[in-house]
Amino acid sequence: MSPALMRVLRVVVLLSAVRGAPLATVTLPPVILEPVPLEPVAPVPVPSEPVRVDSGADQNISIPINTEQQQQQQQQVSLDVDVMLTGELNPNHYPARRAAQVVLHHLNTRYGSPYWWGALRQVHKATAEALGDSGRKYSLEVTLQDQISGTKETCTAEVVFPGGPAGGPPQVTTSYEGKSEINTQAQEEALYNQYNTSQNLLSGHNLPDSYGHVAPGMEPFWHLGGVASSFVMLKESSENTLYNMAQVVSVTQLATENNQLRFNYDVLLHEMVSQEIIHWKLLASWSPQEGVKASQMELLPKCHHCEPPQEH
Amino acid sequence: MKESEALQRSGSEYNFGSYQRLEAIYNWMDTLVAEHPKLVTKVLIGSSYENRPMYVLKFSTGGTNRPAIWIDTGIHAREWVSPATGIWTANKIAVDYGKDASLTSLLNTMDIYMLLLANPDGYSYTHDNDRMWRKTRSRSPGSNCRGADPNRNWDSGFGGPGTSRNPCSDLYHGPSANSEVEVSNVVNLIKAHGNFKSFISVHAYSQLLMYPHGYSCKDIPDMAELDTVGQAAVKKLASLYGTRYEVGSICKIIYPASGGSIDWAYDTGIKYSFAFELRDTGLSGFLLPANQIIPTASETWLALKHIMEYVRDNPYYTQH
Repeated sequence: MSPALMRVLRVVVLLSAVRGAPLATVTLPPVILEPVPLEPVAPVPVPSEPVRVDSGADQNISIPINTEQQQQQQQQVSLDVDVMLTGELNPNHYPARRAAQVVLHHLNTRYGSPYWWGALRQVHKATAEALGDSGRKYSLEVTLQDQISGTKETCTAEVVFPGGPAGGPPQVTTSYEGKSEINTQAQEEALYNQYNTSQNLLSGHNLPDSYGHVAPGMEPFWHLGGVASSFVMLKESSENTLYNMAQVVSVTQLATENNQLRFNYDVLLHEMVSQEIIHWKLLASWSPQEGVKASQMELLPKCHHCEPPQEH
Repeated sequence: MKESEALQRSGSEYNFGSYQRLEAIYNWMDTLVAEHPKLVTKVLIGSSYENRPMYVLKFSTGGTNRPAIWIDTGIHAREWVSPATGIWTANKIAVDYGKDASLTSLLNTMDIYMLLLANPDGYSYTHDNDRMWRKTRSRSPGSNCRGADPNRNWDSGFGGPGTSRNPCSDLYHGPSANSEVEVSNVVNLIKAHGNFKSFISVHAYSQLLMYPHGYSCKDIPDMAELDTVGQAAVKKLASLYGTRYEVGSICKIIYPASGGSIDWAYDTGIKYSFAFELRDTGLSGFLLPANQIIPTASETWLALKHIMEYVRDNPYYTQH
């Protein structure tokens, strides 16, 4: 019997022992497993969240009084995660959608520009498997859409979330071969030439503003901010996050260097699972030839009048 | 003047396609009541933490304690398209009564209650201080951080997954269930009334139509029925502009979330409990352009109407 099958059966057996329920029938991989509800002794465990300096969110796992319950509780935590994320996933449920969002952040770092900003449109298929080093791999088929032109494309992708205490950013590979660049090239070069200057450096703020309005002529810099933010959102992503850029707080152009336009960005990211608004600064550089790069990424504190979280 | 002229005039004074401050919304509610006195009354259900009045618009053609539908918007302060949709919807109900056969028949046997600003302190704060504020503005003893997430404060799996006990968190559930006066005001009304048949809460963003539970991923007994109603509702929504919505339970579609309002409503016996997440899917997120308010409200109305008609046509009795 293969190690993978052993692992699946061990999971099911342990689950049954905890629940006191009859053994479920297991078919050989691919195993379709919906999120399994454990009748909890304590509240159902929360998937663990990444440790963030400024985040106030913490896990709500109440500590049972006796050791046996405690051990069961710990088993429930790991079992719950294993069972939830293995096999064929419902493409409309959040585990698949979170992994798919990571794909889009990756694509934006590779192909994004002031005139191409990809978003997830639909997940068609998704499977997940546990990796030996406690990482996880998702295999996906998604449709993505350029939010500017509306063009759609379908591709396959793999997302590996590294496990273990070191963690690390997800690793993404896709079948996507790059958008048709014909339409955007002229616009990109025109924008580049217009702003390739050391005088009258661009600056702007609140893109969009409170009412959803982006000042005329500033849309490409809103898009660029979104694409540059994907560098941050990609490296910050896990199975327990879903990131979108909420707003460009400010953008300030710096002098061109090495033929790259450069902009200091101040952005607000919305992390859906914790519902936090997270403030980052970054330096974005761009040219039509090199695409977008982000560097000097820095997390800023949540707010000055709040206490930092005392507990986790 | 003729009633229809009065309606037009009022409609042109309030700009439904814009985001308004709290004071303007409160003024408009009075106008609506004044122009539809036989249909709409304004009910004071209590005050917010900072003592702002909380008003519910009650649409009723008479009777005593008729079976009723509850709709709330704006519980999370930064989700501006939610109350904006609520306002347009309230106006739509008032204007279409007597003209739309289905809506008229509904209102002849059922009441509709609309709480347009479920979190008035938070809403005000987003206009004057922090556009991204989510929670209430209550003070937490021993912390400089303010506010609890009003949609984690209900007595349904309180303190469970998807919440935080840290007052600085945007998911802080509050010191106890119903600690937030904005929540207890609603709970008291619903309990005292005792005859609500549907409870609908409107949020943004993500384009989802969800049913309970959030505190557990186990299917509720009525899952198949609610899913069918939801799928049909979003199909009608999509018919207007092609806007795609996903349907599912809160826990499975978006995340485990405990202490939520529709979980509480369902668990008290209000079977047809739904939560909307309106436009968009992340491009503008909370900062949805104002020119999308009316399209959003118009398409959402088709889904709301479907749910309400289904509720009208499927009466049920709950044992308490």
